[in-house]
Amino acid sequence: MTDAPTPPQSPPRVIHLDDYIPLLGAEEIAELRALASPLQQRTVQMVNSTSVGGGVAEILNRLVPLLKELGLDIRWDVITGGNDFFEITKAFHNALHGGPYEERHHDFETFLAYNEQNRARMQFGAEFTVIHDPQPVALVNARPNHSGHWVWRCHIDLSRPNPTVWKFLEPYVLRYDGAIFSSPEFTRQLAIPQFLIFPCIDPLTEKNQPLEPEFVKSVVERYGIDPKRPILTQISRFDRLKDPVGVVRAFRIVRRYFDCQLVLAGGGAADDPEGGVVLEEVRQAAGNDPDVHLLNLPPWSALEINALQCASTIIIQKSLREGFGLTVTEALWKKKPVVASAVGGIPTQVIHKHTGLLAHSVEGTAYQIRYLLSNPAIAAKLGEQGHEHVREHFLITSNTKSYLTLFLHLLRHS
Amino acid sequence: MKTAEKPFQFFTASYLTQVGIEKGLNLAGLLQGLEKCSEASIFYHTFQSLDRHHFLTEGFSNDFAQWVLAACNRPGLAEALGGLDIRDYLSVADLRGDLRRIVGEYCDAHTQESQQAAFEPFYFCASIEVTAPLGFEAKTLEEFRHGVARLSHASLYYHFISSRLRIHLRSNDFSIWLSEGLGMSALAQRLDQIDIYTNTLEGVRARMLALIDRS
Repeated sequence: MTDAPTPPQSPPRVIHLDDYIPLLGAEEIAELRALASPLQQRTVQMVNSTSVGGGVAEILNRLVPLLKELGLDIRWDVITGGNDFFEITKAFHNALHGGPYEERHHDFETFLAYNEQNRARMQFGAEFTVIHDPQPVALVNARPNHSGHWVWRCHIDLSRPNPTVWKFLEPYVLRYDGAIFSSPEFTRQLAIPQFLIFPCIDPLTEKNQPLEPEFVKSVVERYGIDPKRPILTQISRFDRLKDPVGVVRAFRIVRRYFDCQLVLAGGGAADDPEGGVVLEEVRQAAGNDPDVHLLNLPPWSALEINALQCASTIIIQKSLREGFGLTVTEALWKKKPVVASAVGGIPTQVIHKHTGLLAHSVEGTAYQIRYLLSNPAIAAKLGEQGHEHVREHFLITSNTKSYLTLFLHLLRHS
Repeated sequence: MKTAEKPFQFFTASYLTQVGIEKGLNLAGLLQGLEKCSEASIFYHTFQSLDRHHFLTEGFSNDFAQWVLAACNRPGLAEALGGLDIRDYLSVADLRGDLRRIVGEYCDAHTQESQQAAFEPFYFCASIEVTAPLGFEAKTLEEFRHGVARLSHASLYYHFISSRLRIHLRSNDFSIWLSEGLGMSALAQRLDQIDIYTNTLEGVRARMLALIDRS
């Protein structure tokens, strides 16, 4: 186990549309401006439950300024609530993911009371209102006489929800003009249109920006990893659903054929009791193997994670269940060959034999890794094609384009 | 240099995906979906698939073929589906007819295999198309070349590939204009012959520019 880096000192820089030109080309940015042209000064309101932390806030922190720069009159509001509200929404979140839910007295009333409190506090009336996730879903009560366009953006997997919670939320969802999901697998059969907008990464953030080779080397060496031998890496929380022990088992098989190293890097072991237990299980599985590197990194390790991904020969994502899997997106963006499980949103990103390789077992994962280590030219091609796939579909600019398209579609059909 | 009376207006298109209610859990389910799904869905999984995966040049032609191969492990059927060339179709209805015929014949001949569960379901989706003018046009071949060189991938796809369904001709926006606007039928034909399955969109553009330069 290796020491964590220190927290960052400088604030993040402000990003503008033109900053993406070197990565995407001027024509792609011109296209965004052309699409935004009919939407000048149109009002948009985004509402979610937190301004910092978590993937939704991360996306909105980029998306809102970009849409503003494109000429839309956009505002972003965050709902407030007490601990009791967020305990309930956390229980809902787990239940919507298919987990058990024990209905506690007044849960639904408390949820609605906080939504009503926020409705009374906030201002509505934008032409396009996008409500993110279940926490503020009942704000649709603020919609007067079916005016404006209201869309519910669901960032979670709704394919197997707990029926009690879903039965409570569904009537609110059905009052929207449409719902947006991150993957076809996450949708439900709803009586309103269901749109697909992929989650995204920002190529200009610390986690995804290009790094100097010297910096990459320094990070790798700091963690005692040998940059001269193949490095297999899985970046994820120490969570059983990410199957880190399965990764170690796959590594053991690969090691019979190749002299290589395994890096399992992620967070969650410090503040999550289960994370600590899983980390211990992985440590047991790894034994005293000096070529297995377990890195428990703090949340401000974006640059280190970037460097570890850049230094890797192959990136693994052997999850048993997965959301969209943005760590896969990050790896593909860095032109890395990926071997991943065919779960959640991963097959959308890893098109088997085109942008990476899919596997369904420990043995399959090991075989695909061996295949790539034996065929570096194929690995490089998968990496190149994976990069293009991300460039087209899973960057913040694609996300911006999807929202512009959605607004134009709603406008033209009103 | 010849000047066209009617300039070529460069547009771009953006696509929003709508997830449908049909879902294929096996080959028989795929066949059912092919019969029931909207034309927009057939368009999405064939014409639009080529745009979404334009950077792939080997072994990827449409979503149906890819799913049959990756999720059902039926390479023969995948090749038959992948062999369909969207340039041969002037209507989505005709394309749907051939897709149904190929999958239907396979299911009839392989009743058991057609019921075997796929690794992952096939979700029928559809495209919502939104277009916007790019604000520049061409009256001469030089201006046209300049325009093509600065188009986004989406715009290239819109004018060169999806235009076939819009104009209901075995051609594309560029070739029609070169032929009718500038009277350059030979160049128009050569452009139309560029293989969209073995080239990336960037490759298509490079080939186009080379042909224009040569003319």
